[in-house]
Amino acid sequence: MVTNGKTVDTGKARAFARWITQRRLTITFLLLGLVIVLFIFIPLAKMIFSTSPGVLWDTLLEGEVRSAIWLSLYTALIATAVGLVFGVPLAYFLARHSFPGKRLVEGLIDVPIVVPHIAAGIALLFVFGKNFTAGKAFDAIGIDFVMATPGIVIAMIFVSVPFLINSAKQGFEEVDVRLEKVARTLGASPWQAFFSVSLPLARRGIFGGAVMMWARSISEFGAVLVLCSHPTIAPILVYDRLEAYGLDYALPVATLLIIICLIIFVALRTMAYRGKRS
Amino acid sequence: MIETKKLTVDLGDFVLEQADLSVEKGEYFIILGPTGAGKTVLLEAIAGLHPIKSGEIWIDGADITCLEPEKRGIGFVYQDYVLFSHLSVKENILFGLKRRRRPRDEANRTLDWLVELLGIGHLLDRRPDTLSGGECQKVSLARALSTNPEVVLLDEPLSALDPQQREGVQKELLSIQRRLGQTFIHVTHDFEEAIALGDRIAVLGDGRILQTGTSEEIFRQPNSEFVARFAMLRNIFTGEVGDDGSGGAMIDIDGIKLEVVTDMRGHLHASIRPEDILVSREMFVSSARNSLRGVISHIDDRGATINLTVSTPVDFVCMVTRRSFEELGLSEGEEAYLTFKASAVHIF
Repeated sequence: MVTNGKTVDTGKARAFARWITQRRLTITFLLLGLVIVLFIFIPLAKMIFSTSPGVLWDTLLEGEVRSAIWLSLYTALIATAVGLVFGVPLAYFLARHSFPGKRLVEGLIDVPIVVPHIAAGIALLFVFGKNFTAGKAFDAIGIDFVMATPGIVIAMIFVSVPFLINSAKQGFEEVDVRLEKVARTLGASPWQAFFSVSLPLARRGIFGGAVMMWARSISEFGAVLVLCSHPTIAPILVYDRLEAYGLDYALPVATLLIIICLIIFVALRTMAYRGKRS
Repeated sequence: MIETKKLTVDLGDFVLEQADLSVEKGEYFIILGPTGAGKTVLLEAIAGLHPIKSGEIWIDGADITCLEPEKRGIGFVYQDYVLFSHLSVKENILFGLKRRRRPRDEANRTLDWLVELLGIGHLLDRRPDTLSGGECQKVSLARALSTNPEVVLLDEPLSALDPQQREGVQKELLSIQRRLGQTFIHVTHDFEEAIALGDRIAVLGDGRILQTGTSEEIFRQPNSEFVARFAMLRNIFTGEVGDDGSGGAMIDIDGIKLEVVTDMRGHLHASIRPEDILVSREMFVSSARNSLRGVISHIDDRGATINLTVSTPVDFVCMVTRRSFEELGLSEGEEAYLTFKASAVHIF
């Protein structure tokens, strides 16, 4: 066999050409996918790196900024907690039962995702405003929804609970009903079967949904703006500063909010991943 | 003893009607039926896991029809074992004992006993998703036995295993049931499994229980097409399997001795496919180990093929093509020779 340099080269080139040909689909899809990854990554990265750490630190020391971010974090946490209490049972019910109109209910749950959030806020105002039934009832026990923290929570729940319900429902659907049945034959009551089998097995879906709901709550703007522009959550503070003072003042707050959300989001994702492996 | 009285269950597409079963204490009872006959649902109904339309379920003289599943004392083993994937093997087995609030030392004694019974000591700390099919099966059985149930229901427990494993696990199931003396109700669509395991068999089809009896009764006088078709497609015999004196094995079926290939010994079943039997007018020499002389007692013309029943005096059904049948010029009452290989006889 003759192996001069030239034949080896053409051999390599041909092998490379074949390698490409065999992977045309993979390579095309990879390139198209890369565009969208960069589209998400570049604006975020540019924003974070265009603000100097010094400015960020100064911004963090502002009382108004800190209280806005803190308010955002904890109202979103309360919203998620309420979502878990009412949303997980609903998710389980929908995963286990079929009934006439089920598709309608499932569609209804998705509505908050598709309507403009400012409209959602107005809709909530029509129920929880002081002149309306629910608003009056809560007013009697001293809870206000307009221009008050509970209003923020309500708005957050309304627009973000679908993420939790859908994810938890999917989690429960993946749990084989027969696991619950076996648990029953082994002496578990329906409650015990739920808490010792269904819930732990669906935990990934529920946890993932809760993280999504919490993150979506923090980023909510439109619905909260209608119900409660003061006390001010972080996204509204960003908007206020943009309107009143311009981009330079809004940018550090926005950056700070993104960094905090990213840190928490990554931490939770890591936790969920650990849980998945063990 | 467990009984169902006129048990009727709605299966959506059809109804399982008026099922009357009566299973003795300590019996290995088989429910045999084709896929989609509602066997799983019948078991689930007995365990209280599937709503029933009407009828009653009794265990040891007590009506348990309205009792909740956790209070029935019925163990369940599903086809694909459904182990709790978030728990270790040990936690899976202890699940029922914990729910029933058994004291820890008693629970541990039960665990040790089951581990010994099933030989699963090395698996205790493993997760279910790391186990093989056979191992899952043992854990699932251990879990079902842990609460010492009156009755163990097994839904196609062997069908998810590969054929090599199946025979061993089948033997083990039977030996465990015999040792514990517990009532087993085992659902299957596999005839040979039913014959090998069942003290008695109930045949389920067309949404009804068609026949109940010992395997002999069911296969000698089948009253359902499902069983009849199967019984006709196999020659099924019962006999004593022993050594043939020269290192091989033989089965004695009512005095007819056949050479077979198997390591099993004792009172067993044999089957030979009708198409594996060679029919000739005269005896001939070949490598096939079994050669019998008999008389053609019945000719069943099925078009392209013909089924001959040959009495030796044990009846063998043999399948020949129309052409061979005509060339041999066979007719009822005439003598014929049957030849088949030792390996054509399936022992189970």
